[in-house]
Amino acid sequence: MRGPGRQGTGPAHRFELSFGLLLASAHTRKSDVDSDSAAATTTGVVAHQEGRWCHAGSIAGVNDSPARLPLRTAAAVKLGNLSSTLSQKMGLGAGGMIGGRVALKLDPQALNRLTQGRKVAVVTGTNGKTTSTMMLARAVAALGEVATNHSGANMPDGHVTALSKQPDAPFAVLECDEGYFPAVAGASHPAVAVILNLSRDQLDRVGEVRTIERSLRDAISALQNCTIVANCDDVMVTSAAWNASKVIWVATGTGWHHDSASCPRCGNPIRWQGEHWHCTGCDLARPHPNWITADEAMITPEHQKLELRLTLPGKFNQANAVMASAAAHAMGVPTEEAVARLRGVSNVSGRYRTIQRNGRSARLLLSKNPAGWSETLTVVKEANHPAVLVINAQEADGRDLSWLWDVPFERLQGRTVIASGERATDLAVRLTYAEVEHTIVPDPLKAIDQMPPGAVEVIANYTAFRDLNARAAADE
Amino acid sequence: MSESTIQIALVLPDLLGTYGDFGNAVVLEKRMAWRGIKAEIVPINYGEPVPDSCDIYVVGGGEDTAQTLAVKHLREHPGLQRAVTKNAVVLGVCAGIQIFGESFTRADNITHPGMGLIDSTSHAGGSRAIGEVLAEPANGLFEGVLTGFENHQGRTVLGPSAQPLAHVKVGTGNDGSVEGAVQGRIVCTYLHGPVLPRNPQLADMLIEWATGTKVAPLDLPAVTAMRAERVKAAS
Repeated sequence: MRGPGRQGTGPAHRFELSFGLLLASAHTRKSDVDSDSAAATTTGVVAHQEGRWCHAGSIAGVNDSPARLPLRTAAAVKLGNLSSTLSQKMGLGAGGMIGGRVALKLDPQALNRLTQGRKVAVVTGTNGKTTSTMMLARAVAALGEVATNHSGANMPDGHVTALSKQPDAPFAVLECDEGYFPAVAGASHPAVAVILNLSRDQLDRVGEVRTIERSLRDAISALQNCTIVANCDDVMVTSAAWNASKVIWVATGTGWHHDSASCPRCGNPIRWQGEHWHCTGCDLARPHPNWITADEAMITPEHQKLELRLTLPGKFNQANAVMASAAAHAMGVPTEEAVARLRGVSNVSGRYRTIQRNGRSARLLLSKNPAGWSETLTVVKEANHPAVLVINAQEADGRDLSWLWDVPFERLQGRTVIASGERATDLAVRLTYAEVEHTIVPDPLKAIDQMPPGAVEVIANYTAFRDLNARAAADE
Repeated sequence: MSESTIQIALVLPDLLGTYGDFGNAVVLEKRMAWRGIKAEIVPINYGEPVPDSCDIYVVGGGEDTAQTLAVKHLREHPGLQRAVTKNAVVLGVCAGIQIFGESFTRADNITHPGMGLIDSTSHAGGSRAIGEVLAEPANGLFEGVLTGFENHQGRTVLGPSAQPLAHVKVGTGNDGSVEGAVQGRIVCTYLHGPVLPRNPQLADMLIEWATGTKVAPLDLPAVTAMRAERVKAAS
């Protein structure tokens, strides 16, 4: 890997290398040159190298292709894998997306072809996708090799990359961005689709919750021979899965209701009575759950109570575990085996891990939106450790930080708090009005160093977490 | 009036709270509390009657169905309209500017009646306006540039009884030229951020209208720094 803390390559799915540049890079093989200078020097050779390379390279890629793929897909996959490797070697990215992007350009049907003959599960929702996907992949591995996309590369190019790397895996568990669910579910003929939860998230990029619900609803209605595993404590998810031919309902006990005061189907008020809810205008109501999350345990459809004993903290991870268990069951994994396997999940792409730094033990937590922050503030509530809060507002985070005002930061009153990240001042304003005393240290690693020695909680949003995690990993 | 508690009605936060606009009520409350003016936030949820006795009403942004439901509720429980006749101060954000007007027409071409509080009509624009906005306050209403983040498809045309809140320098606002509306003691804007944390001068103008007294400046370094950053980023 190239030098740590590289800035400016942008989030993985905003990877802006042009296709032409990529091909030229592949040809010139500047993999052992520093990526910044490589990018600069290869730009100049794009025009005259691109054509010649394509001519010679397209034949070489086909010869040793996986037998069951059509030539076009096989060539696309081969070239894509090469791009991933180069991206990694050049230090340009983790290689989680770029290979898939290349393969999709060459063969738009790649996702469909790469999932043929495999048993596929797709996991979507606003929060908990990466954790639930990892849990489900671990559980399904009881049945055989599983192709899965790690580290949040959750759009079609990420799926194609993951599937290309394990062409012979009979199972696939794919984390999917909720906006891409219709396309991905349509192309990958899933046996199981998991719909975790839907709440406000990056409104300027993702759009409003009801638009997402509507598109999921249409996509789910069109799926055939697919078991939907859906969270019946979430009004939006219930509505999306309501018309599915086969649904497994899971009571997760999760608590964000701020986006469902009115029915997504008819607009009338939703009434809550304890855990039950119903629409006052149409027949949408909380279905009877098949699986229930019950205080560190779960109750199976056979009324068996199983202790979860997870390594990961928080109620929302219990919800993720029960959703994953229900989905694993639908994939054919015995429940006790599924739980035993997903229990071991402890570090989800760096989330929840603790880094040691100059006498500080900093636990890294990722939270991207109000529902996520609200849950995370509950997780850090027990111990009154100092907290570093890290906020960016890049495109992948959502440019609009209005959502900071939906997070109950008031709960941090009396604690030692540092506002950090590229938008530390926006956070500082929110903390000021929440009457949470704080200082501003934009660099999160420096912020950790300024805390008293001992345990520190670090909560960061998407790109802030990604960058911090990469820098921390490089320091270790 | 300063003897009693200033009541800030947070109108239908369960329907019109999509964009953190709850923050506007918090800012009003804290900026009064820190100056020794007693203030409290009164949430009015969907299904509850709307009181006409509050001093300030804050209405936020919401999604289409929620907005339709909100206007239906506010027409059935016309406490806000009665409060306006009693000189209450009102801040309407995004959905607020649309439902306070005479009518609003959606992308599906269906026209919904508004509350008739300001002389305006709104209709769906071709593309969604998303991004940072800078605008110069109109008629010297308050000091300093207006900053915020917009995310809306609606476009609003003001009639002769309504004045613009500001003139757009960066962004779209009502129509690419003017932003928001002022009519009597009703202020409307398309800007989130939310708008009052971004624009303490506007918050203090509303407080002065509600209390009838001048308020002293409040020095909040984080607010000053954030405003400078946002203005620079948008320029």
